[in-house]
Amino acid sequence: MPLVPGVVSGLGVTFKEIVKTVTKGAETVQYPHEKEDPAPRARGVIALHEENCTACMLCSRECPDWCIYIEGHKELAPPRRAGGKPRQVNKLDRFDIDYGLCMYCGICVEVCPFEALFWSPEYEYSEPKIADLLHDKTRLGQWMETVPDFEPYEGGAEVKIKKVPR
Amino acid sequence: MISMLLAAEFAWWQTTAFKLVMAIVAVLIPAGTTVYLYLFKMVSFMQSRLGPMEAGPYGSMQLLAELGKNLQKEDIFPLKADRAVFALAPYVVLMSTFLLAVVIPFGPDAAFTNIDVGVYLALAVSSVSVIGILMAGWASASKYSLLGGLRAAGQLIAYELPLILAVVGVVIQAGTLNLQGIIAAQNQQEIFGWGAIGNPYILTQFVGFMIFMIAVQAELTQVPFDMPIAESELVSGYMTEYSGFRFLMFFIGEFATANIFAFLASVLFLGGWSVPPFVTDLLGIAWDSNWMNFIGPLVMLTKMLLLTFIIYWVRFTYPRFREDQLQKFAWKFLIPLSLLNIFATGVLKVVF
Amino acid sequence: MTAISDRRQLAYIAAQAADARVNVELEAEGMTLNIGPQHPATHGTLRIVARLDGEQVIEADPVMGYMHRGYEKLAEVRTYPQVTTLINRIDWLGSFANEVPFILAAEQLMDIEAPPRARHIRTILFELARIANVTLFLGDMGVQLGAVTPIFYAFRDREHILNQIESATGGRFHPNFDRIGGVKDDLPAGWLAETKQSLGEIRKFCDQMEDLILGNEIFQARTRGIGVIPADVGLSYGLSGANIRSSGVDWDLRRDGAHPGLAYNDVEWRVWTHPDGDSFARYWVRLQEVRESCLIVEQLLDSMPSGPIMAKVPRIIKVPEGEAYVETENPLGVMGYYVVSQGGLEPFRVKIRSASFSNMSISPWLLKGTYVPDVITILASLYFILGDIDR
Repeated sequence: MPLVPGVVSGLGVTFKEIVKTVTKGAETVQYPHEKEDPAPRARGVIALHEENCTACMLCSRECPDWCIYIEGHKELAPPRRAGGKPRQVNKLDRFDIDYGLCMYCGICVEVCPFEALFWSPEYEYSEPKIADLLHDKTRLGQWMETVPDFEPYEGGAEVKIKKVPR
Repeated sequence: MISMLLAAEFAWWQTTAFKLVMAIVAVLIPAGTTVYLYLFKMVSFMQSRLGPMEAGPYGSMQLLAELGKNLQKEDIFPLKADRAVFALAPYVVLMSTFLLAVVIPFGPDAAFTNIDVGVYLALAVSSVSVIGILMAGWASASKYSLLGGLRAAGQLIAYELPLILAVVGVVIQAGTLNLQGIIAAQNQQEIFGWGAIGNPYILTQFVGFMIFMIAVQAELTQVPFDMPIAESELVSGYMTEYSGFRFLMFFIGEFATANIFAFLASVLFLGGWSVPPFVTDLLGIAWDSNWMNFIGPLVMLTKMLLLTFIIYWVRFTYPRFREDQLQKFAWKFLIPLSLLNIFATGVLKVVF
Repeated sequence: MTAISDRRQLAYIAAQAADARVNVELEAEGMTLNIGPQHPATHGTLRIVARLDGEQVIEADPVMGYMHRGYEKLAEVRTYPQVTTLINRIDWLGSFANEVPFILAAEQLMDIEAPPRARHIRTILFELARIANVTLFLGDMGVQLGAVTPIFYAFRDREHILNQIESATGGRFHPNFDRIGGVKDDLPAGWLAETKQSLGEIRKFCDQMEDLILGNEIFQARTRGIGVIPADVGLSYGLSGANIRSSGVDWDLRRDGAHPGLAYNDVEWRVWTHPDGDSFARYWVRLQEVRESCLIVEQLLDSMPSGPIMAKVPRIIKVPEGEAYVETENPLGVMGYYVVSQGGLEPFRVKIRSASFSNMSISPWLLKGTYVPDVITILASLYFILGDIDR
């Protein structure tokens, strides 16, 4: 039998917690009066940088839920140099992400070859109706402002830091 | 009583009406306070969180919100439930609480009644709630409620005995069953010739006090003795099928009963509404003066809050006993201990 | 016949059929009690059909499948990165641990080895998942037994670990970080120091649990001698993880089946066992394992090599033909993935050997003759997650 019976030291633990909560404050955050900042890499919402997107459909294909809807058309753009051929470019018509289906896995952001999709830690975009969770490219472009810059890596990393196009 | 208080004559029906209102106040207001203080705030602080903060300043109106919520709920009867028994059960439980509150003195004259066998009545009436719980368990027509009700019957009856036997020691020392007399004895007697704080029985009857508190915890079906409720197994046991106003009755009944038992414990062991003699000597008033009719309830409230703090502190810290361990604890440990306590008290009373 | 009474009739017939499927005999003796599928103690939608004699269980039959989500079928039509996303959600408390055996099996098929830095990061996150999972168990066992406070401490201190997982991977609960050939991204600056701090908090939590629960006489009276699993019976039922280690069997796949894709051989650590085999032993072993995991993570953090985090893999991954079975020591037990590939973008067949399914198989044998409160204690101490049982 230990010197102080277990039941008594258990009471001591909870009493210490009471004192700690009263003097130093609770561990909980009183949302919505105070808000915590999520980590910069937190997967809150996906933002679209429209200039980089070429409607290659890779993100739409790789999405496990097929929640990205892309429509595009081909256009003739003026040649890069004078006297050249007009080149065919893809123009993006519609880029919708259905956040009611999205699993927040990040495969679309990862496979995009032109770095048009970025993660943002913004999380306060809930809607009363599920149908309103289908966001179009204007809204996705607005979220680009909330995308933080990529942080530097730990020592010993050999990966290059990517840059967010602003 | 209030005729002496306010130096005026009141008819019998006026005094009775006043006592009725005060009884409801004496039961419900402390219940509300303890619910807020301990169930909402203390347990939250123990768990590193703040509890309800939105309803009113620091969540003080949360109980009103819960009241409103429960009142507007649908009155559900399970299909196969026995309607009359099912409806009556919460009232039986509450009735025993109010009956218990009648004997508690809050001041030298501020008592609902001054029965000579106050202790006897209090302990007898506290067993009535067992019937209510059994009614709830059987009438709910649910296997979970049945299990809870049967466990409750066994447990509550088993822990009646330590409750009563622990009080016998107090009665032997005080020499009377009258609650006012017990308070007087604690205030007027001396410990080995030192009378500054009187003789609160918590010091001389410490074993009895511990047994009483443990038995009270079991009578209230609080953790560690909450097998009848056993939230993670029986989902509220005998209360499972109740919702809305009837559930509120059980809920308030549970907290009100805890308060009343704490009042009883403070009368029996802590000196009730009286303050230690050196305080009244300092203030220059007699120990049972008219001032105590106003200070008495506040003193009782403080002592009750202290004791309920301990009850809820233990409730929110420990896991629960299994039914057979619970019974073993009562029959094989608490009852022999309390009998020993009575024997020792009797011997020492004669010797000293 | 109104529509409502039609529906009621249908529901009544369906309930009868469901009961018949479970083989509930006529109640010649005892009372049949359905523990679940909606119940506070069953960690999800598990149903245990128990026949009781008073408070004693004569017979107990677990009915699983209420949470079956069809992972193995879903995996047949998804590419390897997509499957990795899905299988995060099998054991949702230690979610990184679900990805590891699958990725290791795919790497075995492709004959690729992850670089050392990736192996270290993978093992660190694996151990963090284990800590996150088992700390919840330490608090949860308290709540099943009636102590409502420890689970809040568990959730509070688990937040430190989840914050670390979030700052590295982006997701608190579903990291989706393991890739064939390495991990997805490198660690952000300052992560190693912050993680060490979180481990300090976990250690304090373990000491608190020891005071609050393990040393509590009531807890000991409730768990000592309850649900004793002898070692041979446990092994024959396929028990794994802390359940079998608390019956005295010294078997841990991190040491015995060490896989080249994880870095357990680079650190010094020990396996904890307990001879008793009762519920107390299972709690004790898991408490020590959390402390041991903190030690492992600290050693890995100190010895983090520098280098690339991804081996040379093609952009579009087509796994060559073949089959591979890899099992690892997950927080709940031994989890294995049997991956059959026919050379395509998607696996042909993925069979998931989940730990909790085999751990639950002992429950009919174990629950016979126990009291109803002990049923809850035993289920709590076996520690299963419904997502892991039903997949």
